Amino acid sequence: MTLDRARPLLLPLALTLAFELWARLTHLQSDSLAPPSAILAALAAALADLSIPIATRDTLFAAFTGLAIGSAIGLSLGIAFGISRPLDRLMEVTVEAIRPIPSIALLPIALIALGFGYRMEIVIVAFACVWPMLILTRSAVRSIEPRLMEMSRALRLSAPQRIAKIVIPAALPRIFVAFRLSAGIALIVAVTVEIAINPIGLGAGIMLAQQALRADLMLAYLLWIGVIGYALNILLIAAQRRLFGRAALAGGNP
Amino acid sequence: MSVVAMLDEARAARRQKTLIAFNAATLRLGGKTIIENLDLEVRPGEFLCIVGASGCGKTTALRLAAGLHRPTSGAVTFDGEPITEPRREVAIVFQDYGKALLPWRTAAGNISLALEASRVPARERGARIEALLRKVGLPGHADKYPSEMSGGMQQRLQIARCLAQEPTTLLMDEPFGALDAMTRQGLQDEVLSLTHASQTTVIFVTHDLDEAIYLGDRVVGDLPRPRDQLATREHPEFLRLRRQLFDFIKATEH
Repeated sequence: MTLDRARPLLLPLALTLAFELWARLTHLQSDSLAPPSAILAALAAALADLSIPIATRDTLFAAFTGLAIGSAIGLSLGIAFGISRPLDRLMEVTVEAIRPIPSIALLPIALIALGFGYRMEIVIVAFACVWPMLILTRSAVRSIEPRLMEMSRALRLSAPQRIAKIVIPAALPRIFVAFRLSAGIALIVAVTVEIAINPIGLGAGIMLAQQALRADLMLAYLLWIGVIGYALNILLIAAQRRLFGRAALAGGNP
Repeated sequence: MSVVAMLDEARAARRQKTLIAFNAATLRLGGKTIIENLDLEVRPGEFLCIVGASGCGKTTALRLAAGLHRPTSGAVTFDGEPITEPRREVAIVFQDYGKALLPWRTAAGNISLALEASRVPARERGARIEALLRKVGLPGHADKYPSEMSGGMQQRLQIARCLAQEPTTLLMDEPFGALDAMTRQGLQDEVLSLTHASQTTVIFVTHDLDEAIYLGDRVVGDLPRPRDQLATREHPEFLRLRRQLFDFIKATEH
């Protein structure tokens, strides 16, 4: 790594070091804070005894399944609403009435209907992921160059051909941005559900550490969630570059 | 429609039949009358130019013939049948070639779209695409994206895609309006020879009098064929027609 790329890391490293020094000099005794060295040690131990890997598996399974279901629903509805104005108008009130409900507010209902476990968490994550996907896909489809739609009529493309060959490719770069947004939301909602009530995954791990007054372990979980979120974003950006490098250049879409 | 300047010629003698007919066609869009009581007959194999000031409804008349609009009253027929939607044997060349091509597909891919629309089997497409690219003077550019091509090349590509439909009729909406003079003249001659060879019927909308007289079949009087970019334009008959048309358009502009 060159010095140029390392420079943004200097401030966090310096702060961490300062915190470590301060914690040691003052012989920090706290239920909410722990020196960085203790956090790293707790993280290493939790990774080694597989408690964090297993929790990660549970959280990501719920988050990704919910993301897949929610995005699929949001994508199909977004395309349908984007193509058909009458349908969009018909559904407008329904969508705008359901959309502002915080997904976490569904927790009590989901709990009664589905009980603890993956299913309840997946449903809530999916609910949260539908909306950014729906809204952004709809606007992406609407902003497709009208001439392209006219051209597809002139060529007599069938409706499925039109969607597969014109609408989706034209809207794809923006749909992918919506997907990245949804992926972030999926992780947040999954962990929130686990912290609130569901006894699986990383969120439950944080709650367990908190109740055991293990500030170091609690912060280790936080650090780990940060790492996962960061890695997820890097992965998706890399995928975006790979998939749309050329199309993004040609179409001028983000 | 205020101005349809169609001028007559003899070559039509053997084709008495009408291919496209406007019968008292009227079109109102958003409370505005765009075309009123238009009567026009286009015979098979004819090269008909529509000229007029901008905003007089030239393009709209073309869109009626394309089936992109339906007349509010009156009728527009193709081979005796009312035109209700775009037909496979009628291809449309749009003026804004940049918007009518798919930026995420190569030149070959863009032509392939028309073949996919007419459900040509995949193994036959390659050879036909190559033949079409050669026909419009773009051999060896199959793998280029539209963004890597000049305006003239993009318009050639759009024409190739239209020819892939194997149309009997070409509707061209100011296809060379955005091109520089030299490219434009080259393309005029190529379109003339392409359509002449295949006996394709053409309706050509332009605001350029010279272009209309140069390309058109139905012209009062007789211009010698084959047309020549210099000699034809200096022919006294050409100049007389030009003067006559100009006065006609000037008179209708108010």
